[in-house]
Amino acid sequence: MLEKTFTITADTGLHARPATQLVHKASQFSSEIEMEAKGKKVNLKSIMGVMSLGVGKGGEIKILISGNDEEEAMNAITATIHEGLGES
Amino acid sequence: MSSVITGIAASNGIAIAKAFVYEEVSLEITENSTEGAEVEKANFERATKTSKQELEALKTKTEEQQGKENAEIFAAHLLVLEDPELVGAVHTKIDADNATAAHALNETAAMFISMFESMDNDYMRERAADIKDVSQRVLRHLLGVKSASLADLYQETIVIAKDLTPSDTAQLNKEFALGFATDIGGRTSHSAIMARSLEIPAVVGLTNVTTDVHDGDVLIVDGINGEVIVNPDEATVEQYKEKRAVFLDEQEKRKRLINEPSVSKDGKSVELAANIGSVKDVDGVLNNGAEGVGLYRTEFLYMERDQLPTEEEQFDAYKAVVEKLDGKPVVIRTLDIGGDKELPYLDLPSELNPFLGFRAIRLCLENEALFRTQLRALVRASAYGNLKVMFPMVATLEEFRAAKALIVEEQEKLRAEGISFDESMEVGIMVEIPSTAVIAKQFAKEVDFFSIGTNDLIQYTLAADRMSEKVSYLYQPYHPAILQLVKNVINASHAEGKWTGMCGEMAGEKTAIPLLLGLGLDEFSMSASSVLQAREQLLGLDSKKCEALATQALTCTTQEEVEALVNEAIR
Repeated sequence: MLEKTFTITADTGLHARPATQLVHKASQFSSEIEMEAKGKKVNLKSIMGVMSLGVGKGGEIKILISGNDEEEAMNAITATIHEGLGES
Repeated sequence: MSSVITGIAASNGIAIAKAFVYEEVSLEITENSTEGAEVEKANFERATKTSKQELEALKTKTEEQQGKENAEIFAAHLLVLEDPELVGAVHTKIDADNATAAHALNETAAMFISMFESMDNDYMRERAADIKDVSQRVLRHLLGVKSASLADLYQETIVIAKDLTPSDTAQLNKEFALGFATDIGGRTSHSAIMARSLEIPAVVGLTNVTTDVHDGDVLIVDGINGEVIVNPDEATVEQYKEKRAVFLDEQEKRKRLINEPSVSKDGKSVELAANIGSVKDVDGVLNNGAEGVGLYRTEFLYMERDQLPTEEEQFDAYKAVVEKLDGKPVVIRTLDIGGDKELPYLDLPSELNPFLGFRAIRLCLENEALFRTQLRALVRASAYGNLKVMFPMVATLEEFRAAKALIVEEQEKLRAEGISFDESMEVGIMVEIPSTAVIAKQFAKEVDFFSIGTNDLIQYTLAADRMSEKVSYLYQPYHPAILQLVKNVINASHAEGKWTGMCGEMAGEKTAIPLLLGLGLDEFSMSASSVLQAREQLLGLDSKKCEALATQALTCTTQEEVEALVNEAIR
């Protein structure tokens, strides 16, 4: 099980496009991938789950991954977040 | 028999064609399965797959016709269909409740829709519409209902519908869909925004247009005045054809005015500026030839998030706007929150009379730390362009003095830290409260400028709650009392060598512009899309005649008289 915390720096927060990108990325892996924010945990492969948290700019998120490809998944998701979404 | 239905003008222009009433097919859903869970799951998968193929096709088509941005909605729809939470919940319902796939999907979608609809954020509420749209698509496939497709229009048509979803508008074939009219919706609903981006005339919020109009009726959609004329006589059709030709011609001509100065026929120049909510709106300001930003609402920096924006975040946003405006004036309004605009994380008390309560400058002076953060960010950003600060809802001079003192203190601190800023940054106020308009003379000695916020000024002067339907008739921009207050403010500023702007809806209105020019208004700030039209009107006005007109308007007894007077003069 891997865990990593990020701060969202994108102006729009985790709305629409950024959420879409993250969900797309997460769906490529077989590991169980969750995101925790505001004290709630959702499936990162679920667009409705991610958007329902409504994480805004400056918000903190924690990514939790467990499964066969957890390392690759964490690297890929970290890279996606670093591409203009947020920072570790 | 011809008849006229009035709604909300959503997209400019005039269209004349036969009506096509687009009806949402009502879906009959059986609750209990007779075929077993495996069959239901297979049905669900097949319907989902067909829907995905359709969405992929729609996405490609929309990308080609309307650009990538408009196609993004379908990428979102596709993700909803692939959402494991949604698929999982449907499967669970099929297994546990012996439900049909259709019933399971309908119930699951309803749950998500109500979850999103209850969120306190417009963006999230719109997502509810997306889920509805996409689940309807799958349901139609599950139930074998063939939907009447807007893509199959083969002759020039005006589309009549209850509302149009993103799927609907994306299918609209612009060649044949000349305009549309809907029962529900407002200026900012999805259908209205799409109509403007497709540049097809539209009227929304007509309440009963789907029952008042029948397939094949001849319609005129007047997106300028928000009217739909059903079965007009020949003379009316001719009249509107003429109107349409004039509109198209004017639209073309206006584009040439982008870089022209804003002067009246007799050479009096004013500033035509635009209102914005974020740096994203700046392109619209520049593309429409506005000469500055007359109102930058900073609320959006504070909304859609769960904590206050930091000084750096604010500084970045303000700096980006003033830099993009490249020396053109940018009036930034400090936080105007409270009243109908809430910030969940500030935990404000709820009040019986929020519009008369704890909001805007009142709230900022009470929360000094929050206010200082914003002021410091503003002062720092002033080094990068022509930035002016404006306080909202000022009722007394003490409030202005207290707020101004905070700016001076922040400036002193920055000076001590060696951080540069614009030493001559102007600090002004919005005039929204009658008390301030009445003693504008005293204010003018201390403020650098005034900007009149008409929406609130009208609401407070006529004591008519903007949110109350029953008293909406009292929302009277042309009430002689309003004109008198506007005049008082303008004269007071000029006597002290200061200037007055206006940043309410009124500043961009055809009837208001001659009056405001006549009263001596220096800056008109409006939505960016109105700027060219205002400039065109201004070029044809004689400021001396407008002065005489305004003087006469001030002696009128009612709003009706004022409007009649002006409309007669500008005809």
